[in-house]
Amino acid sequence: MNALKEFPDEVVTRSLVRFVNVPGLDGQAALITLDNGHDHKRPSSFGPGGLKSLNTALDEVFAHTPKVKFIAVTGKPFIFLVGADITGMPLIETREDAHAIARFGHDVFARLKDSDIPTFAFINGAVMGGGLELALHCHYRTLSSSTAALALPECFIGLAPTWGGTQLLPNLIGPDNAVKVIIENALNQNKMLRPGEANEMGISDVLLEPADFIEESMAWAAKVVRGDIAVERPEVDRGEGWDAALQRGRAVADMKVHGAAPAPYIALDLMQKAKTVPFEEGTALEDDALATLLTSPELKASLYAFDLVQKRAKRPVGVPDKSLARPVNKVGVIGAGLMASQLAWLFLRRLEVPVVLTDLDEERVQKGVAYVHNEIDKQVAKGRMGSDKATRYKNLISGSVDKTVFADADFVIEAVFEELNLKKQIFAELESIVTPECVLATNTSSLSVTDMAADLKNPERVVGFHFFNPVAVLPLLEVVRAKETDDATLATAFAVCKTLKKNGVLVADAPAFVVNRLLTRFLGEIFACVDEGTEIEVADRSVDSLGLPMPPFVLLQLVGPAVARHVAGTLHQAFPDRFGVSDNLDRLVEAGKSSVYVWDAHGKPSLDPDIPSIMEFGSNPSSPENIRERALAAVADEARRMLDEGVVAAREDIDLCMILGAGWPFHLGGITPYLDHSGIAEKVTGRTFAE
Amino acid sequence: MSRQVREVVFVDGVRTPFGKAGGMYSETRADDLVIRCIRQLMRRNPSLPPERVEEVAIAATTQIGDQGLTIGRTAALLSGLPQSVPGFAIDRMCAGAMTAVTSVASGIGFGAYDVAIAGGVEHMGRHPMGEGVDPNPRILSEKLVDPSALIMGSTAENLHDRFPEISKERADAFGLASQERYAKHLDQIELDLVSMNTRSVEEGWGLATRDEPPRQTSMEKLAGLRTPFRPHGRVTAGNSAGLNDGATACIIAAEDVAEELGLSAAMRMVSYGFVGVEPEVMGVGPIPSTEKALSKAGLSIEDIGLFELNEAFAVQVLAFLDHFGIADDDPRVNPWGGAIAVGHPLASSGVRLMTQLARHFAANPQVRYGLTAMCIGIGMGGTVVWENPAWSANNSEKG
Repeated sequence: MNALKEFPDEVVTRSLVRFVNVPGLDGQAALITLDNGHDHKRPSSFGPGGLKSLNTALDEVFAHTPKVKFIAVTGKPFIFLVGADITGMPLIETREDAHAIARFGHDVFARLKDSDIPTFAFINGAVMGGGLELALHCHYRTLSSSTAALALPECFIGLAPTWGGTQLLPNLIGPDNAVKVIIENALNQNKMLRPGEANEMGISDVLLEPADFIEESMAWAAKVVRGDIAVERPEVDRGEGWDAALQRGRAVADMKVHGAAPAPYIALDLMQKAKTVPFEEGTALEDDALATLLTSPELKASLYAFDLVQKRAKRPVGVPDKSLARPVNKVGVIGAGLMASQLAWLFLRRLEVPVVLTDLDEERVQKGVAYVHNEIDKQVAKGRMGSDKATRYKNLISGSVDKTVFADADFVIEAVFEELNLKKQIFAELESIVTPECVLATNTSSLSVTDMAADLKNPERVVGFHFFNPVAVLPLLEVVRAKETDDATLATAFAVCKTLKKNGVLVADAPAFVVNRLLTRFLGEIFACVDEGTEIEVADRSVDSLGLPMPPFVLLQLVGPAVARHVAGTLHQAFPDRFGVSDNLDRLVEAGKSSVYVWDAHGKPSLDPDIPSIMEFGSNPSSPENIRERALAAVADEARRMLDEGVVAAREDIDLCMILGAGWPFHLGGITPYLDHSGIAEKVTGRTFAE
Repeated sequence: MSRQVREVVFVDGVRTPFGKAGGMYSETRADDLVIRCIRQLMRRNPSLPPERVEEVAIAATTQIGDQGLTIGRTAALLSGLPQSVPGFAIDRMCAGAMTAVTSVASGIGFGAYDVAIAGGVEHMGRHPMGEGVDPNPRILSEKLVDPSALIMGSTAENLHDRFPEISKERADAFGLASQERYAKHLDQIELDLVSMNTRSVEEGWGLATRDEPPRQTSMEKLAGLRTPFRPHGRVTAGNSAGLNDGATACIIAAEDVAEELGLSAAMRMVSYGFVGVEPEVMGVGPIPSTEKALSKAGLSIEDIGLFELNEAFAVQVLAFLDHFGIADDDPRVNPWGGAIAVGHPLASSGVRLMTQLARHFAANPQVRYGLTAMCIGIGMGGTVVWENPAWSANNSEKG
């Protein structure tokens, strides 16, 4: 076996051992606490040092005389163990190093599984990945009903549960539930299991309340050891059910990553093996799988992406000090269409201040207010909101056709039609109503915020505040600093952004900012290939291997051809040599089509039969490889230009925007890590993004 | 409306193992101690629907930090009792839990409610005696109270002055007997202990299942202990209760409702009394409070078959025994030892006395009446007289 590679910066989770008397048992139990010495804000995890500490603790426990009656492992308050220390993973560069850490984990955890003394995990709090795998090695598990985070999230970040998870879990809770935990939840934005659900599945043997969780777990363990409680577990279907479950898992993985990320497929292969092979053989396969995954470019990209989302997204770069932010005690929303109504609802429930909508006529205003009322009612119906809060919210939302209602607003955002003169006119009118400090924000997706502010008396309070559709789902906000925008306005905008629970990224006032600019360039190449004669379906499939959330022409439908055309038009105006205009897109809009596809009752798309008569195609089709190459080269070129122009502070912000605003996957790292390791960046721009 | 005074019974009581201040509970919150007691009390009495608990009275002497925030109410909520269950905090120093019991018993007797939880907690490690106090300057300027009254050990030395026949040797012998009686009855005592987690940042989670303060000692060892309150004094760590952490809780109910709910009546409350005395000799307090409680009940000291007296200081118990003509080693008094052995987390102790008296009653059906009594800081005494439901004239004759 290879020597274990140390993680020099590991915050070591120590295994603290205490031998305790247990009422009802004639003898002592060993209680092991996993604790990294920090409070719950820094959860415990396992690197090589943590594993060694557990190993040493088990040495002590097994050597203890008289022999203990049982061994229990639990965590510091609120945290059991959240898995392997991923901060050290980038240090693992060779298969041998990866293999060594996988094997050592297996060897230490196996001591709990193979123990002749009964072993228990008292899962008192957050338990993920390797933490849950440790618990699965114990003979029995108690679970706190307040456990906030419970998951095997490995596939989410490009790993597989290879400290026994793929072997133990399907054999404990059945393959179908295991697929749900390991594949479905992990790929569904790392969805957590609720404790009741986990207990129902059989991950734990008993659910206990948090108030006296340790005491009652000890009492329960004593009863199991005494034989007063017989733990029964359901028989697992090892026949066709097993294969069917994994089939379903494969379908889920295909839908989510389209074969582009290896992790879920490797996890599924291991789970398939778990049906027949002995545990030791299964874990040996896990070692190999981890060695493959840990050294893969997809994992490196995922860890980079995960770090961006965990850290940079929460502390955006280049933002003025928050002490400069002004309080926002009333919000105005101009426009009462769908986007504006969504914004009003978001501001209302996050800021909990008066929100007032305006539009041109009473009917539209009432429709906007009704939208918000309906959202409130939906929350009440789902039991997520009490009637007092619903009343409070309904009293806070109002509408008017008269903009003088904005007189005492601190933040007014416009979400009207994308027309520069209209927006300028609205801001000019607002200036005569609101205070000089009131922030004027625009949700424009591509127009120049500087131009919008140009003729105002106080242009310094204008800021771009670009949401992504659907507003409730996508976490990104591009916060645009225009030429005159001052620090107080920007600080206020970021403070509002934080309260809205959105991740703001500071971007310069450049055409279409970040996400729309890159997406438009990317889609532009693909649409161009179609215009030249490639079949739509071929073009659409050509980028499947990237594992994007949806094919290009489905994205076009989501954005709407009209909006896409508007953004493309703005970009064409700014950069005519790189952003073309597509006559076919014009034709699609003019024909009133929302998509090139029609969808059947099962949600399966097929080409709209009207398309051949609406759009015109050339006779020079491209191969899928060629299309993908062109599209990615265009993205690499545009991203490099954006960095050179200073649209964002660093490539990390481009990746963060693509992950949070376009849903581009972790395994691409957003996009620049993929462009780097695939060689495209070097080839197109002569350098990598990382250098 | 017509009103009838109802009989009130003590149903069941529990406590955490008591700890030494700075010992096993150093990193345990005070409120968590009493919450654990309430939860376990509910588990031990599953026939009591939680919503039928109509009051939670929890005592603490130092009502700040984790002993503050109207601890009766917050402990009720944190114990998982329904929101509809109210609660309050109570303070009568050492007799806090006793006062919690007499308060809710009075409420029940009056008909304000049927079932209540009463208890107390004191984490003297986290909240040393006198934490944050701000005595009124008039106490000194007007000589209202002797300055020694605020130091409990000094009041005990003062008591030795008043009763010179209570020597240090008698006090030590009483202290030793307390330890020996405790050690002999550990199995019975543990029946009413609830296990309590003892988390430590350095050592991880642990589990308290036994009292920490008791120790093995001898007259020789006791003779050699320091007298911290006076040079060449008489009060030592060996003949007084220590500084301790712990919590207690019990169920008090109207007798007819207890019966309706299938709750066993362990003791029936007969009478109670609280009386003030000179603060500098607060240890004599239980003498007048007992006389008052007995007179309210129409009983005399001869009617009392079992005593649970709080042993804040041996001298104070001995003064009580001398006053009533009871021998130092009378087996009716503190049969399982007392606070000198087990500890005295101030506001929690009253319910410990009751829980133990209830056990004695069950084992001694020939005894009809018993009492719990304790001295209280700033010069008070408190006594509750109880009747044994297991007693009948028949038993008595046999006994």
